[in-house]
Amino acid sequence: MAIFLDEHSRVVVSGITGSEGAKHTRRMLAAGTNVVGGVNPRKAGQQVEIGTVTLPVFGSVADAIAATDADVCVLFVPPPFVEDAVVEAVDAGIGLAVVITEGVPVHDTARLWAHAVAAGGRTRIIGPNCPGIVSPGKSNAGIIPDGITGPGRIGLVSKSGTLTYQLMHELRDIGFSTCVGIGGDPIVGTTHIDAVEAFEKDPDTDLIVLIGEIGGDAEERAAEFVRANVSKPVVGYVAGFTAPEGRTMGHAGAIVSGSTGTASAKKAALEAAGIRVGRTPSETAALAREVLGR
Amino acid sequence: MDLFEHEARELFEKHGIPVPRGHVATDPAGAGAVAAALSGPVVVKAQVKTGGRGKAGGVRVAHTVDDAEQAADDILGMDIKGHTVQRVLVTEACDIAEEYYVSFLLDRAGRTFLAMASAAGGMDIEEVAATRPEALVRLPVDPLSGVDAAAVAAGFPTDVRAEVAGVVEKLWEVFVAEDCTLVEVNPLARTAAGVVALDGKITLDDNAAFRRTVSFDDIADGDPLEREAQAKGLNYVKLDGDIGVIGNGAGLVMSTLDVVAAAAAEVGARGPANFLDIGGGASARVMADGLSVILGDPRVRSVFVNVFGGITACDAVAAGIVRSLEILGDRAAKPLVVRLDGNNVTEGRRILDEAAHPLVTVVSTMDNAARKAARLAIAEV
Repeated sequence: MAIFLDEHSRVVVSGITGSEGAKHTRRMLAAGTNVVGGVNPRKAGQQVEIGTVTLPVFGSVADAIAATDADVCVLFVPPPFVEDAVVEAVDAGIGLAVVITEGVPVHDTARLWAHAVAAGGRTRIIGPNCPGIVSPGKSNAGIIPDGITGPGRIGLVSKSGTLTYQLMHELRDIGFSTCVGIGGDPIVGTTHIDAVEAFEKDPDTDLIVLIGEIGGDAEERAAEFVRANVSKPVVGYVAGFTAPEGRTMGHAGAIVSGSTGTASAKKAALEAAGIRVGRTPSETAALAREVLGR
Repeated sequence: MDLFEHEARELFEKHGIPVPRGHVATDPAGAGAVAAALSGPVVVKAQVKTGGRGKAGGVRVAHTVDDAEQAADDILGMDIKGHTVQRVLVTEACDIAEEYYVSFLLDRAGRTFLAMASAAGGMDIEEVAATRPEALVRLPVDPLSGVDAAAVAAGFPTDVRAEVAGVVEKLWEVFVAEDCTLVEVNPLARTAAGVVALDGKITLDDNAAFRRTVSFDDIADGDPLEREAQAKGLNYVKLDGDIGVIGNGAGLVMSTLDVVAAAAAEVGARGPANFLDIGGGASARVMADGLSVILGDPRVRSVFVNVFGGITACDAVAAGIVRSLEILGDRAAKPLVVRLDGNNVTEGRRILDEAAHPLVTVVSTMDNAARKAARLAIAEV
C-alpha cells in the first residue's frame, strides 16, 4: 500500500500541452505513472505526443473520466485558471487533484477549497504551489524527481519541495512508502495532519517524517494530532530558525508574524508531543535511522 | 505587499468606508497646505510600514498651520525601527467617543477567512485576545457566500450596530475586490458624525498582482540591495551576517540559513548574510545576478551555494556557476563554497573540478560546506 496514490492510480494532466505540463508528463511516464490523457478545453479531441507515447486530450476532466476512468488529475494550468480548473475537476468527481501551480491568489484557493468541501469532500486536493506526491515504484503525480530513492517504509510529508528531495536523498537506502509535498502557500488542501493520519493507517509505513517551516501553526496542530492519535514513530524537522519577523521567505506562507509562526515554537510543540526533531536535515535523517535501527 | 496607511485609507474611501478628511504630504509646506485646507486641528502621522510609530513620536496633533508644518518637519526623515519616514498623512482631528476594532484575515487552520471584531478597541488587539478573549468576536467567513455582517457586529452597542455592520460589509468588499490577505481598521472610532476608520492596515496578496487594477508606487524605504535584487527579479531577503547564501527552493534555503547560523556560531562568524532562492532553473544568468547582489554586500566574506538537483541537473548548475564567475570577472572576489547533490551530481562536481576556479571549493555535504564557509568568513585575507 501507500497513501493517496498507488500503482492503480490513473492520472490525467491538466495543462498537458503547455511546456511544463508536457515536460513533467514525460517524467511521470518515465517514473512508471499510468498517465491516461490530458485536459485542455481548447484542444479537445487532439492527440499529444509525449516521447514515444501518444495521449488523448480531453475538453474537461469530466470527459477524461468518462473515457479513461481517471481518478487523479495533476494541474499545471497558469494561476488565473486554477480555480475554475479545480472546481471543474471536483464537479467531475475526481478523487485526487494535485495542484502544482505556484502563484495562485489565496482567495482563489479559499474558494476552490470551500467548493470541494461543499461538494462533499470526495476530492482530495494537494497544493497549490506544491511538488506533488510520489509513491516510489508505484506512481508519481507531480514534479518530484524520480530516481532519488525507491520503495520503502518511511512516509514523508513536507511543505517544501527541495527539503523533501533532500530527506529522500539522505534516506535513499531505506526508501519511502509515499512522499507528499503539501505546498508552501498559507492555504493548502491536504495538511500535515491529513497525511500523518493516512500514514498512521497505512500498513506499509513504519515511520513518519514530518517537515515544517515557519508561518502559521500547522506544525503545532500536527503535533497535537500526533500526541493524541498516532502510535507510529514520528521524526520532525523545521526550517527557518534564522528568519526575521515580518519577512516572507520564498514561500508565500513562510512568514513569522509577531510571536506566531516561529520555528522555535514549532520545534517545541513537536517535542512536547514526543516527536524527536533534528536540527539539520542530516541530523533528522540520523534520528530516523536510529528509530528504525538502520 | 503591506500598504501604507494612506494607501489603505484610499482603498477604504474607494469602497465607501468613512475616513477622516485629509491628504498625504511629502514636505512640511505640503503638510501645512493640507492643514490649511482642513481648517481646524489636525493629526500629522508618519507613514511607515511598521508598528509603534506613536511611541516613536511619529504621530502629532497640530492646532495651527504652523504647528502642522513644524510637526511634519520633525517627523519627515525620522527613523522608526529602521524605516525612514518619507511621507506624512495629515487628517482632521476627531473627537472620539469610543474605539472599536474590525478586521478580516486568513484562517490558515480553517482553510478559509476570519472576521474579527471587538467593541473594546483602542488598545493592542493581541492584548485584548490574550486578556479578554470574550471581548473579541472571531467568526469564520465562507468565501463563497460572504460575511454575515450582522453577526460580526452583534456584540456592539445597539445604537451603532447597524452602522458598524455597514462598515463590516464594505470592509469585506475591500478584502475580496482588492485581493487582500489582511484588512484591519483599528480604531474604528465613534464620533459625533458617525463611525470613522481612523487607522487601517491592508496587506495585498502578491499572487493576485496580475489582476489588480490599482497600483501603488512601492516607495523604497528598505535596503538598497533588496531593491536591486527585486529589480532583477530575485527572491532575496537581506540579513545581517557575513556568509552569503544561494540555494534552490524556499525550504532548502531556509534550512541552509539555519545550518550556516549554527556553523558560524561554532567559529565566531556572524552568520547568514541573506536569503536567496534562485528556484528550479538556476541558469548562469540567474546565478550571476544572485552572486552580483550578494557580493555587493560589503559585510559578506564568503558565499555558500547550496543546490539540490531535482529537476535541474547538477551539471547545468555547475556550468551556470562557472559561467557566472566568467561574467562577473574581477567582481567575484570572495571565496565560494559549493555543495551539489542529487540529479547528475557526479558530472556537476567534475565540471567544477575541471574549471578549478581558485575561489571555488566543492564540499560534498551541506553541514560540512556550511562549516567551510564559516571558517572562510573569519579567515584573514
